[in-house]
Amino acid sequence: MAERSSAPLVTPLRVGVAGVVLGAAAFWIALPPIHARSLVVPALLAAIGIGAGIYAARQGQVRAGWSAIVIGGLGVGLAYLATRSSVGNLEIVFTWSSLIAAMFVFATPLVYASLGGLFSERSGVVNIGLEGMMLMGCFWGIWGTDKTGSWITGVLIAMLSGGFLGLVHAFFSVHLRADQIIGGTAINLLAVGVTGYFFIQFYGSENIPAGVSEIPRLDMSFLQSIPPEALGDFLFGAFGRLSVMIWIGFILVALSHVVVFKTPLGLRLRAVGEHPRAADTVGISVYGVRYAAVTFSGMLAAAGGAFLSVGVVSTFNEGMTAGRGFIALAAVIAGNWRPFGAFWFACLFGFSTALAFRLGDAYRESVAGLDVLAQMLPYVLTLIIVAGVIGKSFPPAAVGRPYTKQ
Amino acid sequence: MSAPATPPPPPEEGEPTTTAGKLQLRQRAGGIVPPVLTVIFAFFMGGLVIAASGHNPIDTYLGILDGAGLNWFWDDFGNTDVFELTTFNFTQTLLRTTTFIFTGLAVAFAFRCGLFNIGGQGQYTMGIVVAVWVGAYWGDSLPNGLHVVVGVVLAALAGAIWAGIAGILKATVGAHEVITTIMLNWIAIWFASYCFGQGGPLQNTTRGQESVPISDDVYEKSGAIIPILWGDQGLQALHYGFFLAIAALIVFSIVLNRTTLGYEVRAVGFNPEAAAYGGISVKKNFFLAMAISGLFAGLAAGTDIFGWKYDAGTLDVQASYVGFVGIAVALLGRSTAVGVGLGALIFGALDYGTTRGLDPEKFDPTLAGNLSSMIQGLVVLFVGADLLILYVWSLRRKRFATPRMAGKGV
Repeated sequence: MAERSSAPLVTPLRVGVAGVVLGAAAFWIALPPIHARSLVVPALLAAIGIGAGIYAARQGQVRAGWSAIVIGGLGVGLAYLATRSSVGNLEIVFTWSSLIAAMFVFATPLVYASLGGLFSERSGVVNIGLEGMMLMGCFWGIWGTDKTGSWITGVLIAMLSGGFLGLVHAFFSVHLRADQIIGGTAINLLAVGVTGYFFIQFYGSENIPAGVSEIPRLDMSFLQSIPPEALGDFLFGAFGRLSVMIWIGFILVALSHVVVFKTPLGLRLRAVGEHPRAADTVGISVYGVRYAAVTFSGMLAAAGGAFLSVGVVSTFNEGMTAGRGFIALAAVIAGNWRPFGAFWFACLFGFSTALAFRLGDAYRESVAGLDVLAQMLPYVLTLIIVAGVIGKSFPPAAVGRPYTKQ
Repeated sequence: MSAPATPPPPPEEGEPTTTAGKLQLRQRAGGIVPPVLTVIFAFFMGGLVIAASGHNPIDTYLGILDGAGLNWFWDDFGNTDVFELTTFNFTQTLLRTTTFIFTGLAVAFAFRCGLFNIGGQGQYTMGIVVAVWVGAYWGDSLPNGLHVVVGVVLAALAGAIWAGIAGILKATVGAHEVITTIMLNWIAIWFASYCFGQGGPLQNTTRGQESVPISDDVYEKSGAIIPILWGDQGLQALHYGFFLAIAALIVFSIVLNRTTLGYEVRAVGFNPEAAAYGGISVKKNFFLAMAISGLFAGLAAGTDIFGWKYDAGTLDVQASYVGFVGIAVALLGRSTAVGVGLGALIFGALDYGTTRGLDPEKFDPTLAGNLSSMIQGLVVLFVGADLLILYVWSLRRKRFATPRMAGKGV
């Protein structure tokens, strides 16, 4: 292995990362479009990856090394499963372009909510209530869309409801200095009750009528004409018909990055979250910034919820957010309180959800109950990632601490 | 992250650093008044929602009271005939109280260690899976009495293991228990759905029921159930698990207040840094507190299955919310044994009185069921705030008192 040379380009960390990539590649080549049908090449790749991992771990890069070892093991295991299943089933699960499109659909609620969580946490307020704020957005979003006939007003109404819950959370955690985790849990319980109550009150035993105003998709047929035909088809399949709100989500991620890191407003936000007393001393209103951030956080989370109900399933079920608010929070933590970091992890969780549904569809006939078991995938992944990255994450220093004016 | 992180401002001197610590410090100050005010205020806000949606709050609450069978105390006291509605409703309220005592303790014990266990639902669900498995499939190898004991104990252990995962993650890598327990909740729910679902390993074996996603009935398969205390076995009777719940309250109190384990758990909950400085292993106590919490949630599952449910289906595990009620119970009860007992009674009555027990003529039970979770949320919200009201109050008194005390040279 050339990696053993002592050239300055090759550090143990890079060897570890290369090991991770090799482990993932071991699985990848067993999938469409390459379809390795024998286990030899995947096993070889995984072995090299694991070797690199062991090397990196022994050189002190414990985290990268062990990641490579675990992913190498997983890669060869999954590749074995892939070589054993029929090409037809693999084609159903791993049609990459539509899998990526589905990933964006499932990731977008998380993207909105995690940006919300990011603003709240950057200002120093833990927002466990994202889940409840999303749920409010789910219900009031589809109610507004149904009543006003337009998805735009629906989403705006959703954002009002989420902003209201954010305001409640801000009042309790900023002014009353109540415990933020308990306050957030209360928000979640409250949202279950409020949405369930008004759902029954407004719709009774019936459901939301079908045919509420749909969120339009952005038709980008020009992608299809990009030169190599395979690439054009792939780009069109993945990005060609995404919902408007998905694109707004992309823009919001970039915008949040600029606002948080490149503007005076963002500097104030971060100052309040890192050292509120210092911020107060130079004349920044700590309470004002925290109120604004938490309220905005609720509005974003609710917009994500509205996308889930109006844009994805076109209906409302009680408790339909199913832990997504917490997954969004995990994306914030794993993404190191940075917009793009949170975005990538939201995409990873979205991908696992999309994959879970595809696996269920493909193997429903052959493996009893796999469609149900596959639903665990995003939660298991979140658990692993939260456990794996937490040690090297740097939360805002004052997060979770109420501030007392002097 | 190029700039070195500024150290957080140190906590004010003499202040406990965790919520549990603050609760322990200030609960003595207010006694029973703040929790009572919390409940009254939460019910008042719930009443506003009822009124806003065009119903009469007073009639609704009276209907819920009757639905919970609490009128047994003044209308029917001493009547043990469960074929009368009031008495029957009262036994049903006690049945739910039993479950909520356990799930409340599951939150309370971890809370005394400074941990917020909102995974009671997942721990309960894993307990349900194990209880059904033992109850429906181990009947041939065990005599009935032992069978029940083994089933309940293994269900409790399942809950302990499930919570222990979150405890280990907290102790070793510092993963926040709120996120990990919620994820474990959903993993447990989907696992149970798989077990009881079509083609699942624990789905029923009854001929003609192959498409029904429900487990076998423990009572029909093995006859091993917890004996009936009050009621008719075919009508969801109150079982002796009720006394087990009362015993659990006493054990909880003794372990926390009279043992080394309890002392360490409370010390870590009050201020982990100080506890570590005093030679107490914070990590060990994080794990133990979570595992013991899960044990209580698992006991809830074991007594539910062997006591009155006898079976479980995918819809049951997906719609269940007993673990979340436990949060409101524990916080309202200030994580003390007596408080949890009373809180469980309130929420047991509210739960049954707003769902099955409620007369649909008076108020739509599907609406009222949601009202009940709204009130839970409000209670939890105000529990954080009532502490603060006390705190501000005591600050103000201190501020007025300071000059005089300074004069005395204190």
